[in-house]
Amino acid sequence: MLRYLLSRLGQSAILLLIVSCVGFCVLSLAPGGPLSQFALSPGMTQEQLTRIADQMGLNRPLPVQYMDWLSHLLRGDWGVSYRDGQPVLAIIQRHLFATLLLMGTSTAIAIVLGSAIGIASAVRRGGIFDHTMTVMSMVALSIPTFWFGLVAIYVFSLNLGWLPSGGMYAVGNGSLADYLHHLIMPALVLALVDVAIWSRYMRTSTLNVVHQDFVRTARAKGLTRRRVLMKHILGNSLVPMITLAGLQLPVILGGALVTETVFTWPGMGRLFLDSLGYSDYPVVMGLLMASALLVVVGSLAADLIVALIDPRIRLN
Amino acid sequence: MTLSATVPARRRRTAPRALRRFFGHKLALLGLGIVLFLTIACVVGPYLLPYDELYIDLRARFAPPGTGAHILGTDPLGRDIAARLFQAGQVSMAIGFAVMIIATALGSVIGVLSGYYGGYVAAILMRIVDAFLSFPSVFLLLALAAFLKPGPAMIALIIAATSWMEVARIVEAEVKSLKNRDFVQAAQMLGLSGRWIMFRELLPNAIGPIIVAATLIVARAILLEAYISFLGYGIQPPVPSWGNMLNGAQQYLGQAPWLAIVPGIAITLAVTGFNFIGDGLRDAFDSRSGGR
Repeated sequence: MLRYLLSRLGQSAILLLIVSCVGFCVLSLAPGGPLSQFALSPGMTQEQLTRIADQMGLNRPLPVQYMDWLSHLLRGDWGVSYRDGQPVLAIIQRHLFATLLLMGTSTAIAIVLGSAIGIASAVRRGGIFDHTMTVMSMVALSIPTFWFGLVAIYVFSLNLGWLPSGGMYAVGNGSLADYLHHLIMPALVLALVDVAIWSRYMRTSTLNVVHQDFVRTARAKGLTRRRVLMKHILGNSLVPMITLAGLQLPVILGGALVTETVFTWPGMGRLFLDSLGYSDYPVVMGLLMASALLVVVGSLAADLIVALIDPRIRLN
Repeated sequence: MTLSATVPARRRRTAPRALRRFFGHKLALLGLGIVLFLTIACVVGPYLLPYDELYIDLRARFAPPGTGAHILGTDPLGRDIAARLFQAGQVSMAIGFAVMIIATALGSVIGVLSGYYGGYVAAILMRIVDAFLSFPSVFLLLALAAFLKPGPAMIALIIAATSWMEVARIVEAEVKSLKNRDFVQAAQMLGLSGRWIMFRELLPNAIGPIIVAATLIVARAILLEAYISFLGYGIQPPVPSWGNMLNGAQQYLGQAPWLAIVPGIAITLAVTGFNFIGDGLRDAFDSRSGGR
């Protein structure tokens, strides 16, 4: 186990290094880049621009800039926002919770709903329910999340008036019920794609388990179908799904960005868009790195949890 | 002895059988129908409508669908939504196809290089693939689009830059399993160049999975274009796209819901169509999943 742990940690560290390199190159090589916000201000001459570039160290060779940037990054210095001069890391931390809350809730919804649909489809494979769900999940994967959000707002906020159309809480009301009231619609909207993906994989995963020997043994022992399903099949088909949850992180995080925009949810996605609007380069860069970091650490965690639960993986 | 006689038979051609299976796949046919319908509507539609997509009629602002000749209503400037929808469809679908071509080409080259050479080449290339996959693509897309001040061609390039990884992975895996087969070894013994073997022997034999992935890329590209244009960083007005038609829709949601509903349905239909086709093609090419 220790060797597995170390090798996975090593791989993740290398991946993060490449990720940082890709992120840095992508944003540094884009024309405009960090200077773009200064270039836009009126009366700015080429001379002044060059001087600013000098001060910011932007005319040094790219590898030097990268090493400098990386060493600051590792020491926790992610730069300061162009907009309000606050440290980037602190700004991101302030918005992290809202995004994690949204993602966590919708992933929980997806796990419960998706697993139920997946297992039900697998048990009656080829039946009407299975076919309907196959088609519905493909349609769900084709719906733009933000548009689904707009339709949901139109129906549930504007017409029925059941749910608030945006925000995280009503002004002057900080109760838990109020938070939940605001959370429910964006979380469900974000969960749509995830439920679709999750149910498909759960179906496959369950079908793979159903035909294994231990299931036949359990049935032969005289256990009821229900008991076999809950005790033997469910646990085993959920294991590969933990890995999937890790792999799905970039998708959910990207979905959270658009969902947050539609529902004015004060998370990392909103922050990212606001920062883009102001050409707030350090914050954009910081969020890009933070999102990739979240994804890499998430999939590492998923792999380690699977290895802890499932001894078959450790032995390989 | 002729050259062809010395080369062992390649993998048997699967095209005719795959084609037959594709046309027996109901969802795939439905998808093909949807895509054909949308394509024809977007190409022919503008000629059938009395309004041009840029014609502004301020007296007819916010006309609901079915008002006079405005079948799908008008937008806040009084422009005909149907006319805009068709023009936008041409733009959005053209971007979808452009992304497919660029991303599939890039992914295939990277995949075949790392699959064929293995070792360090594969290690480096595939880690880059992993790195790109670690960024949520919407974040990367928006960051690029915001700094590059894009036109439609640039948007296609940017979306392609975040869409090639899946193809690279698929091709790499396929090539790795093909490269020890007899026909490749025969080609090596004949002294054919690595380039010839990769692009004339290996890639054509991996065409099935590549086509499947390419179809799904079109669907994904249309969705991604909608995402970034909705957020205001994609296709810039006055050029309409399905995404930027939705850009101002949220603020008029109570007043003119059709502004949001109409383009959204078009996007969903197109993406569903391509996804159905991709699914059908996967089943058609993959003999293992035949007995569903």
